Amino acid sequence: MSESLETRTPSRLLAVWSQYSPLLVPVFAVFTALVLGALMIGLTGGDWLAAYIGLWEGSFGTPSGLGNTIVRSMPYIMCGLAVALGFKGGLFNIGAEGQLYAGAVLTVLVATTLKLPAIIHIPLALAAGVLGGALWGGLAGFLKARTGAHEVITTIMLNYVALRLTEWLIKSKTPYLLGDPADTTGARTRFIEDSARLPGIQIADTTRLHLGILIGIALAFAVWWLLYKTTIGFELRTAGVNPSAARYAGISVPSTIVLTMALSGGLAGVAGASEVLGVRGALSADLLLGLGFDAIAVALLARSNPIAIIASGLLWGGLLTGASLMQVRAGLSIDVIKIVQALIIMFVAADQIVRFIYRIPKRGPGEETVIAKGWGG
Amino acid sequence: MTTSGAQDRQVVLEARGITKRFPGVIANNNVSLKLHKGEVLALLGENGAGKSTLMNILYGLYHQDEGEILVNGAPIRANSPHESIERGIGMVHQHFQLVPVMTVAENVMLGNEITRGRFFLDRRRAAQQITEISRRYGLEVEPNALIADLPVGAQQRVEIIKALYRNADILILDEPTAVLTPQEADDLVRIMRTLVDQGTSLIFITHKLREVLEIADRIIVLRGGKVMGEALPAESSEASLAAMMVGRDVILQVDKDAAQPAETVLEVRGLYVRDDRSLPAVSGVDLQVRAGEILGIAGVQGNGQTELVAAITGLRNKEAGTVLVVGQDVSLATPRQISELGVAHIPEDRQREGLITSYELTDNSVLELYYRKPFANGIIRDEEQIDAHCTRLVEEFDVRTPSIHVPASSLSGGNQQKLIVAREFSQPIKLLIAAQPTRGIDVGSIEFIHNQIIKKRDEGVAVLVVSAELDEVLALSDRIAVMYHGKIVATVNNSEVTREDLGLLMAGAGPQGLGVRSWELGVGG
Repeated sequence: MSESLETRTPSRLLAVWSQYSPLLVPVFAVFTALVLGALMIGLTGGDWLAAYIGLWEGSFGTPSGLGNTIVRSMPYIMCGLAVALGFKGGLFNIGAEGQLYAGAVLTVLVATTLKLPAIIHIPLALAAGVLGGALWGGLAGFLKARTGAHEVITTIMLNYVALRLTEWLIKSKTPYLLGDPADTTGARTRFIEDSARLPGIQIADTTRLHLGILIGIALAFAVWWLLYKTTIGFELRTAGVNPSAARYAGISVPSTIVLTMALSGGLAGVAGASEVLGVRGALSADLLLGLGFDAIAVALLARSNPIAIIASGLLWGGLLTGASLMQVRAGLSIDVIKIVQALIIMFVAADQIVRFIYRIPKRGPGEETVIAKGWGG
Repeated sequence: MTTSGAQDRQVVLEARGITKRFPGVIANNNVSLKLHKGEVLALLGENGAGKSTLMNILYGLYHQDEGEILVNGAPIRANSPHESIERGIGMVHQHFQLVPVMTVAENVMLGNEITRGRFFLDRRRAAQQITEISRRYGLEVEPNALIADLPVGAQQRVEIIKALYRNADILILDEPTAVLTPQEADDLVRIMRTLVDQGTSLIFITHKLREVLEIADRIIVLRGGKVMGEALPAESSEASLAAMMVGRDVILQVDKDAAQPAETVLEVRGLYVRDDRSLPAVSGVDLQVRAGEILGIAGVQGNGQTELVAAITGLRNKEAGTVLVVGQDVSLATPRQISELGVAHIPEDRQREGLITSYELTDNSVLELYYRKPFANGIIRDEEQIDAHCTRLVEEFDVRTPSIHVPASSLSGGNQQKLIVAREFSQPIKLLIAAQPTRGIDVGSIEFIHNQIIKKRDEGVAVLVVSAELDEVLALSDRIAVMYHGKIVATVNNSEVTREDLGLLMAGAGPQGLGVRSWELGVGG
């Protein structure tokens, strides 16, 4: 009893810290990935220092960089929350992207066709986004609850359906559905009504801090509150961590699955709505492609902690935003950043590596990385 | 029997000063023991005493932090079961390591196949060898039978043959009788004797006192990872061993007054339930439990008890039949509706159903009550109330924990179970369904939980106890129903039945031949 593992590890300071800090692994994962990235740049003859200075200035180090980062991070934060909520409910929602598009489509529909005062139009358009995402996510949940179809499969498939459906809605010319007759390339929908545009402040030519940012931050706290302070969150987490015990506790596991997927999809839907209403003003089929997968990374890096997702989402957006300045300064391909991101995720997922390098003691109970239990069956 | 002179014989296996630490726990603390040739050494201890850890070290599944192991006088640095097997150590795990869809012969050969040429299994030669072993040691098995078709006792024999086939002359048996009927257990004892007579040495792990006295040549008692002492069966009693095991005197009998049954609280009529594989598990069960009495269901595990309990509590669909709780038909009710009628359920698997082991005690203390007032107002949880509730339970039921804000996984089995019982008893109840209420927990906690159950009975609660431990059923029940192959084969008053008769009924003997006329055949109530 007297001699626990902690006191025997060489690096006692780290060990002590680890008791207070579940951040340890993610922070070191990021650090290690950056070091390896620098090595890679250096070994291939690049100037890693200039590259990283560029990365810093382009992402967090300057006001305009920071502004860009914040705007760019929002969809990652919202979709990261969507994935994390799924994880907490024991579900692996790979379909944040499809749900985002489903939400964006309904948002565009409401934002382009209706003419209403802003005070009604904005909430309505946002709500349409939530509804679209929730329906799309809920559908995967329903399929799982009803037939046992695995959500990993169904959400991936529904991604394709959502994406192609969106393309068709945009590109269809006979008749025009959501497409803009004035846009000859056929790449986007009509622009939204001004009354539906999210209010914000212009901080640079291309950057506008919009209301969606506040919504994103608020959602992170709301998700945390829902998960840990309400009976709904209790049901969701319980069904996620142990369905047998949930049944014993009188929780209807199938309805909880549907609810979890709908809530998760709703969060992704907000991301779509906020991007359309706050940034782009229209929907194009290449809006945020691949975001659903990055969202998984954001959630994993934050260990599905809703508040930590604000940080991991900002990091994600920051890396992408800073990458362009890094490209200019050091003449490097933007793909370097993709590699760094991939390394971060590898180290977070395979946290044993990081624990080994930095002698971080093993996890205590309840601290394990949350990945959906549903893999396997 | 072979007790005398055991000390003089050759030492085949010796552990010297074995210490094994797990984070926060010393599972084995300077444990030493010797096993002599042809000896049955019983390793007695409560769950968590370090028995299994020690055996896993001897078998090479774990590696000790300190100490050494000698086989026939030569030290081994076994880091793998493979090496242990080569040195002649075999282990029969509590949960059999057999492939159900393969035959006995195939299972025995697995990993050590006899082949013709390079790639073709020589089943006939394997079968011959198996028959030879089974004749020699009196281990009856049919080499070509599928494991899935064999009763548990026979599966265990296959496990023993597997070890012998690999030339083991030291056998470790981990709780070998836990899954057996009393008759099967008797067979096992005979087999163990034959093995010992042929020169095999045995270590068997158990927490059952009766068995130890019956089978062992020598007894080593472990508590808290340390050897508490050694004993010879001839010089020991159940009480003396229990005291050594627990560290204090234990009352083995539960004191209770005669039951005063009142109105019927639970009535089950013509119940049919299927198991997870859609096979019939409960086939026409009728039973009644009245307020103020305890009906115990005896039976070997896997005879439909699990499904019966799940069906009554609403956790499993019923194929046919009616369940009435306080006169209300709950055949189609949800678990929550049933619970709200005043039904408490101590589930048989506390880790899988009764608790969320990663949750703190607080959340576990309201696992199925979380939505009720005062623990929640609408959808908002009231953590102060939950904490207060949990503190109350922990105090009243003497749950040993450093704090209510630690995960349930950090508690010992006994304390986990006490928390569950405390939670189930925290609401006013009319019916208690207790499935394996004391499985795998320490004697002290068993005593406590038994007394709590009796107390509930005396308060007028109807109690249905399901247990695979015959001693538990006998200790608690006013009436006993024996379940075999999904049916209740007899219901009898506790005072009118012997352990042996119950054992025969559990094995499917049928009550006709037992000469007890007052028994009701296949009908409850």
